[in-house]
Amino acid sequence: MSERGEHGGHVVSVPTYVGVFLALMALTGVTVWASGQDFGALNTGVALGIAVTKATLVVLFFMHVKYGSSLVKLYIVAAIVWLGILISITMSDYASRGWLGPRQSTAPYQIEDR
Amino acid sequence: MASADPHPALAHHFESLEVQKESATLGMWSFIAQEVLFFGAFLLVYTLHRNLYYPVFEACSHHLDLKLGAFNTAVLICSSLTMALAVHAAAVGKKRQIVAWLLATVLLGSVFLGVKVVEYHQKWEDQLVPGLRWGAAEDVGRELHLQGADVDHAQLYFSLYFGLTGLHALHMIVGIPIILWIAFRAHRGEFDAAYNTPVELTGLYWHFVDIVWIFLFPLLYLIGHH
Repeated sequence: MSERGEHGGHVVSVPTYVGVFLALMALTGVTVWASGQDFGALNTGVALGIAVTKATLVVLFFMHVKYGSSLVKLYIVAAIVWLGILISITMSDYASRGWLGPRQSTAPYQIEDR
Repeated sequence: MASADPHPALAHHFESLEVQKESATLGMWSFIAQEVLFFGAFLLVYTLHRNLYYPVFEACSHHLDLKLGAFNTAVLICSSLTMALAVHAAAVGKKRQIVAWLLATVLLGSVFLGVKVVEYHQKWEDQLVPGLRWGAAEDVGRELHLQGADVDHAQLYFSLYFGLTGLHALHMIVGIPIILWIAFRAHRGEFDAAYNTPVELTGLYWHFVDIVWIFLFPLLYLIGHH
Protein backbone atom coordinates (compact mmCIF):
# COMPACT_ATOMS: atom_id res chain seq x y z
CA MET A 1 0.00 0.00 0.00
CA SER A 2 2.24 2.74 -1.17
CA GLU A 3 2.78 5.14 -4.01
CA ARG A 4 5.88 6.47 -5.67
CA GLY A 5 6.74 10.04 -4.83
CA GLU A 6 7.06 12.65 -7.53
CA HIS A 7 10.83 12.48 -7.20
CA GLY A 8 11.36 8.77 -6.83
CA GLY A 9 11.17 8.68 -3.03
CA HIS A 10 8.87 6.17 -1.41
CA VAL A 11 5.62 7.62 -0.08
CA VAL A 12 3.65 5.54 2.42
CA SER A 13 -0.09 5.85 1.76
CA VAL A 14 -2.58 7.33 4.23
CA PRO A 15 -4.59 4.06 4.55
CA THR A 16 -1.36 2.29 5.61
CA TYR A 17 -0.74 4.90 8.31
CA VAL A 18 -4.32 4.67 9.56
CA GLY A 19 -4.14 0.85 9.58
CA VAL A 20 -0.95 0.91 11.65
CA PHE A 21 -2.51 3.49 13.98
CA LEU A 22 -5.58 1.27 14.55
CA ALA A 23 -3.32 -1.73 15.23
CA LEU A 24 -1.33 0.30 17.79
CA MET A 25 -4.51 1.42 19.56
CA ALA A 26 -5.86 -2.14 19.59
CA LEU A 27 -2.57 -3.47 21.01
CA THR A 28 -2.70 -0.80 23.74
CA GLY A 29 -6.14 -2.12 24.66
CA VAL A 30 -4.81 -5.69 24.61
CA THR A 31 -1.87 -4.84 26.91
CA VAL A 32 -4.18 -3.15 29.45
CA TRP A 33 -6.55 -6.14 29.28
CA ALA A 34 -3.63 -8.57 29.63
CA SER A 35 -2.43 -6.77 32.78
CA GLY A 36 -5.74 -7.80 34.40
CA GLN A 37 -5.17 -11.48 33.55
CA ASP A 38 -2.81 -13.66 35.51
CA PHE A 39 -0.35 -15.44 33.25
CA GLY A 40 1.91 -16.23 36.21
CA ALA A 41 5.57 -16.09 35.24
CA LEU A 42 4.60 -14.93 31.74
CA ASN A 43 3.06 -11.59 32.85
CA THR A 44 6.20 -9.64 32.03
CA GLY A 45 6.80 -11.59 28.82
CA VAL A 46 3.30 -10.87 27.51
CA ALA A 47 3.57 -7.14 28.30
CA LEU A 48 7.01 -6.87 26.70
CA GLY A 49 5.96 -8.97 23.69
CA ILE A 50 3.10 -6.56 22.96
CA ALA A 51 5.44 -3.57 23.43
CA VAL A 52 8.00 -5.04 20.99
CA THR A 53 5.22 -5.67 18.44
CA LYS A 54 4.02 -2.06 18.75
CA ALA A 55 7.56 -0.69 18.48
CA THR A 56 8.20 -2.83 15.39
CA LEU A 57 5.07 -1.44 13.70
CA VAL A 58 6.16 2.14 14.47
CA VAL A 59 9.71 1.54 13.19
CA LEU A 60 8.66 -0.25 9.99
CA PHE A 61 5.80 1.99 8.88
CA PHE A 62 5.79 5.34 10.71
CA MET A 63 9.58 5.56 10.50
CA HIS A 64 9.65 4.12 6.95
CA VAL A 65 12.32 1.54 7.71
CA LYS A 66 10.44 -1.12 5.70
CA TYR A 67 11.18 1.00 2.63
CA GLY A 68 14.52 2.35 3.87
CA SER A 69 18.11 1.48 2.98
CA SER A 70 19.97 -1.56 4.29
CA LEU A 71 22.38 0.75 6.08
CA VAL A 72 19.57 2.20 8.23
CA LYS A 73 18.42 -1.35 9.04
CA LEU A 74 21.98 -2.24 10.05
CA TYR A 75 22.11 0.77 12.42
CA ILE A 76 18.89 -0.38 14.10
CA VAL A 77 20.13 -3.95 14.49
CA ALA A 78 23.40 -2.59 15.94
CA ALA A 79 21.50 -0.48 18.49
CA ILE A 80 19.44 -3.49 19.58
CA VAL A 81 22.50 -5.75 19.80
CA TRP A 82 24.38 -3.17 21.91
CA LEU A 83 21.36 -2.79 24.20
CA GLY A 84 21.24 -6.58 24.51
CA ILE A 85 24.94 -6.72 25.44
CA LEU A 86 24.51 -3.94 27.99
CA ILE A 87 21.60 -5.61 29.76
CA SER A 88 22.40 -9.33 29.37
CA ILE A 89 26.06 -9.20 30.39
CA THR A 90 25.43 -6.93 33.37
CA MET A 91 22.47 -9.00 34.54
CA SER A 92 24.38 -12.28 34.13
CA ASP A 93 27.13 -10.81 36.31
CA TYR A 94 24.69 -9.85 39.08
CA ALA A 95 22.81 -13.13 38.79
CA SER A 96 25.97 -15.23 39.14
CA ARG A 97 27.50 -13.41 42.11
CA GLY A 98 28.37 -15.87 44.85
CA TRP A 99 28.26 -18.97 42.66
CA LEU A 100 31.94 -19.63 43.24
CA GLY A 101 32.57 -18.10 46.65
CA PRO A 102 31.10 -18.62 50.09
CA ARG A 103 29.02 -15.43 49.87
CA GLN A 104 25.33 -16.34 49.73
CA SER A 105 23.76 -13.10 48.69
CA THR A 106 23.20 -12.25 45.04
CA ALA A 107 22.87 -8.57 45.92
CA PRO A 108 25.90 -6.47 45.00
CA TYR A 109 25.55 -4.48 48.19
CA GLN A 110 23.81 -4.93 51.48
CA ILE A 111 21.17 -2.53 52.66
CA GLU A 112 21.69 -2.14 56.40
CA ASP A 113 18.27 -3.06 57.70
CA ARG A 114 17.62 -5.93 55.33
CA MET B 1 16.98 16.84 -10.78
CA ALA B 2 18.90 16.84 -14.00
CA SER B 3 17.85 20.38 -14.91
CA ALA B 4 20.39 23.21 -15.09
CA ASP B 5 19.36 24.92 -11.86
CA PRO B 6 19.82 22.71 -8.79
CA HIS B 7 17.17 22.77 -6.07
CA PRO B 8 17.91 25.68 -3.64
CA ALA B 9 17.99 23.26 -0.68
CA LEU B 10 20.70 21.10 -2.28
CA ALA B 11 24.05 21.60 -0.53
CA HIS B 12 26.96 21.91 -2.97
CA HIS B 13 28.81 18.85 -1.65
CA PHE B 14 25.92 16.49 -2.46
CA GLU B 15 25.35 15.03 -5.88
CA SER B 16 21.57 15.06 -5.59
CA LEU B 17 18.72 15.67 -3.15
CA GLU B 18 18.29 11.89 -2.84
CA VAL B 19 21.89 11.44 -1.70
CA GLN B 20 21.57 14.42 0.65
CA LYS B 21 18.41 12.96 2.19
CA GLU B 22 19.96 9.49 2.58
CA SER B 23 22.93 11.05 4.37
CA ALA B 24 20.74 13.12 6.72
CA THR B 25 18.50 10.13 7.45
CA LEU B 26 21.50 8.01 8.40
CA GLY B 27 22.71 10.80 10.69
CA MET B 28 19.33 10.87 12.44
CA TRP B 29 19.40 7.10 12.89
CA SER B 30 22.91 7.33 14.42
CA PHE B 31 21.44 9.77 16.93
CA ILE B 32 18.48 7.47 17.62
CA ALA B 33 20.83 4.47 18.05
CA GLN B 34 22.74 6.30 20.77
CA GLU B 35 19.43 7.41 22.32
CA VAL B 36 18.50 3.71 22.57
CA LEU B 37 21.64 3.19 24.66
CA PHE B 38 21.08 6.42 26.60
CA PHE B 39 17.65 5.18 27.72
CA GLY B 40 19.08 1.65 27.79
CA ALA B 41 21.45 2.45 30.66
CA PHE B 42 18.47 3.70 32.66
CA LEU B 43 16.48 0.60 31.70
CA LEU B 44 19.36 -1.58 32.87
CA VAL B 45 19.26 0.03 36.34
CA TYR B 46 15.50 -0.50 36.28
CA THR B 47 15.79 -4.19 35.27
CA LEU B 48 18.38 -4.85 37.97
CA HIS B 49 16.38 -3.36 40.83
CA ARG B 50 13.12 -4.80 39.57
CA ASN B 51 14.72 -8.24 39.86
CA LEU B 52 16.15 -7.53 43.31
CA TYR B 53 12.95 -6.05 44.76
CA TYR B 54 10.16 -7.42 42.56
CA PRO B 55 7.35 -7.41 45.20
CA VAL B 56 8.15 -3.77 46.06
CA PHE B 57 8.09 -2.75 42.39
CA GLU B 58 4.79 -4.56 41.92
CA ALA B 59 3.20 -2.77 44.89
CA CYS B 60 4.48 0.63 43.71
CA SER B 61 3.31 -0.02 40.15
CA HIS B 62 -0.21 -0.66 41.45
CA HIS B 63 -0.18 2.79 43.00
CA LEU B 64 0.20 4.49 39.60
CA ASP B 65 -2.95 5.60 37.81
CA LEU B 66 -3.44 2.95 35.11
CA LYS B 67 -6.26 4.93 33.43
CA LEU B 68 -4.12 8.05 33.03
CA GLY B 69 -1.19 5.97 31.80
CA ALA B 70 -3.33 4.19 29.20
CA PHE B 71 -4.94 7.48 28.16
CA ASN B 72 -1.53 9.05 27.67
CA THR B 73 -0.38 6.04 25.62
CA ALA B 74 -3.37 6.57 23.32
CA VAL B 75 -2.67 10.31 23.09
CA LEU B 76 0.93 9.68 22.11
CA ILE B 77 -0.06 7.11 19.46
CA CYS B 78 -2.51 9.67 18.03
CA SER B 79 0.31 12.24 17.94
CA SER B 80 2.46 9.73 16.05
CA LEU B 81 -0.34 9.36 13.49
CA THR B 82 -0.67 13.15 13.04
CA MET B 83 3.12 13.37 12.68
CA ALA B 84 3.07 10.59 10.07
CA LEU B 85 0.33 12.48 8.21
CA ALA B 86 2.44 15.66 8.33
CA VAL B 87 5.33 13.73 6.76
CA HIS B 88 2.93 12.35 4.15
CA ALA B 89 1.61 15.85 3.38
CA ALA B 90 5.21 17.00 2.91
CA ALA B 91 6.03 14.05 0.63
CA VAL B 92 3.14 14.88 -1.67
CA GLY B 93 3.82 18.63 -1.41
CA LYS B 94 0.63 19.77 0.35
CA LYS B 95 2.10 22.68 2.29
CA ARG B 96 -0.96 23.81 4.26
CA GLN B 97 -1.60 20.27 5.45
CA ILE B 98 1.97 19.97 6.76
CA VAL B 99 1.38 22.93 9.09
CA ALA B 100 -2.04 21.68 10.21
CA TRP B 101 -0.84 18.16 11.06
CA LEU B 102 2.28 19.46 12.82
CA LEU B 103 0.17 21.78 14.99
CA ALA B 104 -2.15 18.84 15.80
CA THR B 105 0.94 16.90 16.90
CA VAL B 106 2.03 19.76 19.17
CA LEU B 107 -1.47 19.91 20.66
CA LEU B 108 -1.50 16.17 21.42
CA GLY B 109 2.05 16.34 22.82
CA SER B 110 0.90 19.15 25.13
CA VAL B 111 -2.08 17.07 26.31
CA PHE B 112 0.36 14.27 27.18
CA LEU B 113 2.55 16.64 29.20
CA GLY B 114 -0.53 18.10 30.92
CA VAL B 115 -1.63 14.65 32.06
CA LYS B 116 1.94 14.01 33.23
CA VAL B 117 1.75 17.17 35.38
CA VAL B 118 -1.48 15.86 36.96
CA GLU B 119 0.23 12.54 37.73
CA TYR B 120 3.36 14.19 39.16
CA HIS B 121 1.16 16.45 41.29
CA GLN B 122 -0.61 13.40 42.69
CA LYS B 123 2.76 11.86 43.66
CA TRP B 124 3.69 15.15 45.33
CA GLU B 125 0.42 15.16 47.30
CA ASP B 126 0.96 11.52 48.30
CA GLN B 127 4.52 12.39 49.42
CA LEU B 128 6.06 9.88 47.03
CA VAL B 129 8.81 12.05 45.51
CA PRO B 130 12.20 10.68 46.65
CA GLY B 131 14.62 13.33 47.79
CA LEU B 132 12.12 16.19 47.61
CA ARG B 133 8.98 15.10 49.38
CA TRP B 134 9.05 11.58 50.82
CA GLY B 135 6.57 10.84 53.60
CA ALA B 136 7.19 9.23 56.98
CA ALA B 137 7.76 5.46 56.76
CA GLU B 138 4.38 4.56 58.27
CA ASP B 139 2.48 6.91 55.90
CA VAL B 140 4.26 5.65 52.80
CA GLY B 141 3.86 2.06 54.03
CA ARG B 142 0.11 2.52 54.40
CA GLU B 143 -0.13 4.23 51.01
CA LEU B 144 1.75 1.48 49.15
CA HIS B 145 0.78 -1.49 51.37
CA LEU B 146 4.41 -2.15 52.24
CA GLN B 147 6.25 -2.76 55.50
CA GLY B 148 9.70 -2.46 57.02
CA ALA B 149 12.69 -2.11 54.72
CA ASP B 150 10.43 -2.45 51.67
CA VAL B 151 9.21 1.10 52.31
CA ASP B 152 12.77 2.34 51.74
CA HIS B 153 13.14 0.22 48.64
CA ALA B 154 10.04 1.88 47.25
CA GLN B 155 12.23 4.98 46.86
CA LEU B 156 14.18 3.05 44.22
CA TYR B 157 11.01 2.47 42.21
CA PHE B 158 9.86 6.08 42.43
CA SER B 159 13.35 7.41 41.66
CA LEU B 160 13.31 5.29 38.49
CA TYR B 161 9.72 6.34 37.76
CA PHE B 162 10.61 10.03 37.90
CA GLY B 163 13.95 9.50 36.16
CA LEU B 164 12.53 7.55 33.22
CA THR B 165 9.29 9.48 32.74
CA GLY B 166 11.12 12.76 33.37
CA LEU B 167 13.74 11.98 30.74
CA HIS B 168 10.96 11.00 28.34
CA ALA B 169 9.01 14.19 29.11
CA LEU B 170 12.21 16.21 28.56
CA HIS B 171 12.47 14.70 25.08
CA MET B 172 8.93 15.89 24.37
CA ILE B 173 9.64 19.35 25.81
CA VAL B 174 12.60 19.54 23.40
CA GLY B 175 10.54 18.10 20.53
CA ILE B 176 7.61 20.51 20.70
CA PRO B 177 9.60 23.72 19.91
CA ILE B 178 11.39 21.83 17.09
CA ILE B 179 8.02 20.85 15.58
CA LEU B 180 6.81 24.46 15.90
CA TRP B 181 9.97 25.65 14.14
CA ILE B 182 9.46 23.11 11.32
CA ALA B 183 5.79 24.17 11.08
CA PHE B 184 6.92 27.80 10.76
CA ARG B 185 9.36 26.85 7.99
CA ALA B 186 6.60 24.85 6.25
CA HIS B 187 4.33 27.89 6.54
CA ARG B 188 7.02 29.97 4.82
CA GLY B 189 6.94 27.45 1.99
CA GLU B 190 10.42 25.98 2.44
CA PHE B 191 9.32 22.39 1.84
CA ASP B 192 7.95 20.76 -1.28
CA ALA B 193 7.62 17.26 -2.68
CA ALA B 194 11.29 17.28 -3.70
CA TYR B 195 12.74 18.62 -0.46
CA ASN B 196 11.15 17.86 2.92
CA THR B 197 13.97 16.15 4.84
CA PRO B 198 13.58 18.31 8.01
CA VAL B 199 9.91 17.30 8.30
CA GLU B 200 10.81 13.63 7.85
CA LEU B 201 13.68 13.73 10.40
CA THR B 202 11.55 15.54 12.99
CA GLY B 203 9.04 12.76 12.44
CA LEU B 204 11.71 10.13 13.16
CA TYR B 205 12.55 11.87 16.45
CA TRP B 206 8.91 12.10 17.50
CA HIS B 207 8.18 8.46 16.64
CA PHE B 208 11.24 7.41 18.65
CA VAL B 209 9.89 9.30 21.68
CA ASP B 210 6.61 7.42 21.14
CA ILE B 211 8.49 4.09 21.13
CA VAL B 212 10.19 4.94 24.44
CA TRP B 213 6.75 5.46 25.98
CA ILE B 214 5.46 2.22 24.42
CA PHE B 215 8.06 0.46 26.62
CA LEU B 216 7.77 2.71 29.70
CA PHE B 217 4.00 2.17 29.95
CA PRO B 218 4.10 -1.62 30.60
CA LEU B 219 7.40 -1.45 32.52
CA LEU B 220 6.18 1.16 35.01
CA TYR B 221 2.38 0.88 35.06
CA LEU B 222 1.70 -2.79 34.37
CA ILE B 223 4.02 -4.76 36.68
CA GLY B 224 2.48 -8.01 37.86
CA HIS B 225 -1.19 -8.85 37.94
CA HIS B 226 -3.64 -5.95 38.28
